[in-house]
Amino acid sequence: MKVGVVTFPGSLDEVDAQRAVALGGHDVVPLWHGDHSLQGVDAVVLPGGFSYGDYLRCGAISRFSPVMTEVVEAAGKGMPVLGICNGFQILCESHLLPGALIRNDHRKFVCRDQRLRIENNRTPWTSSYDEGAEITIVLKNGEGGFVADAETLDRLEGEGRVVARYLDVNPNGSLRDIAGITNEAGNVVGLMPHPEHAVESLTGAGTDGIGFFTSLVERTFA
Amino acid sequence: MPPVCLSYTDSVPRVVVDVMPKPEILDPQGKAVHGALPRLGFSGVTDVRQGKRFELEVEGEVTDEVLEQVRQMAETLLSNPVIENFTVRVEQPV
Repeated sequence: MKVGVVTFPGSLDEVDAQRAVALGGHDVVPLWHGDHSLQGVDAVVLPGGFSYGDYLRCGAISRFSPVMTEVVEAAGKGMPVLGICNGFQILCESHLLPGALIRNDHRKFVCRDQRLRIENNRTPWTSSYDEGAEITIVLKNGEGGFVADAETLDRLEGEGRVVARYLDVNPNGSLRDIAGITNEAGNVVGLMPHPEHAVESLTGAGTDGIGFFTSLVERTFA
Repeated sequence: MPPVCLSYTDSVPRVVVDVMPKPEILDPQGKAVHGALPRLGFSGVTDVRQGKRFELEVEGEVTDEVLEQVRQMAETLLSNPVIENFTVRVEQPV
């Protein structure tokens, strides 16, 4: 598949995301925030970092970049979109996902190998995992506290839209230990930890993250 | 005596948008500020909430239409309605 990876001014992790996409067996299509076209890609990854310097709110300016107009439209038609960390924040600001990410409750930047449980393996990004799989990938954020009102949280849980949940410790104050969610259609996934940093044993916390980048293929042949 | 330093911007009205975290949303920045006050010898403050203030200079009169537009700006960009409330008001030059 052709997978686009968007670079915004201030993105940090687009190169790792591109590498992970390639290791997942896909063709990488670098996209730029000013692009008015998605160049025919089949899926899009919004990488981590500090797009537009996190000015105003994380993801608030990126949401109105030209490429996001295209991403929002394509996501509405079912294109798989994965937002990692800052990408998750952009998806929330774009209203592709409910809720918001706020500053960590303990007020410090957190960087650790984080254990997660994959609770929804029916998305195009998580189908490589067994339901309930426990994985360890890198978490690094300053504003990773997932919040939403109780009604929204109940709906997310009731509809099985919590994709991943923190295990052992809640690293950032996220309500109900939520690490990642999906939209109603299940094609858009936002995840605070970084699977793209856990795809090769030489670096990072192991290779548990690769499943996010191999799932697209498996779904195609399913 | 006239004011010594009166910039152009002091003579036009401004539309002010105040954005605050919703009461039920945790405000770690406000908590950090609150925690620092006693260390500086200030006592008696029971809570601090930190928000943002935007000052918008607009062309011409601040009409109801302008204010409605500013409200739309506040709703779509200046605030995130999931976690923040905002107020819009006009500040006249002194």
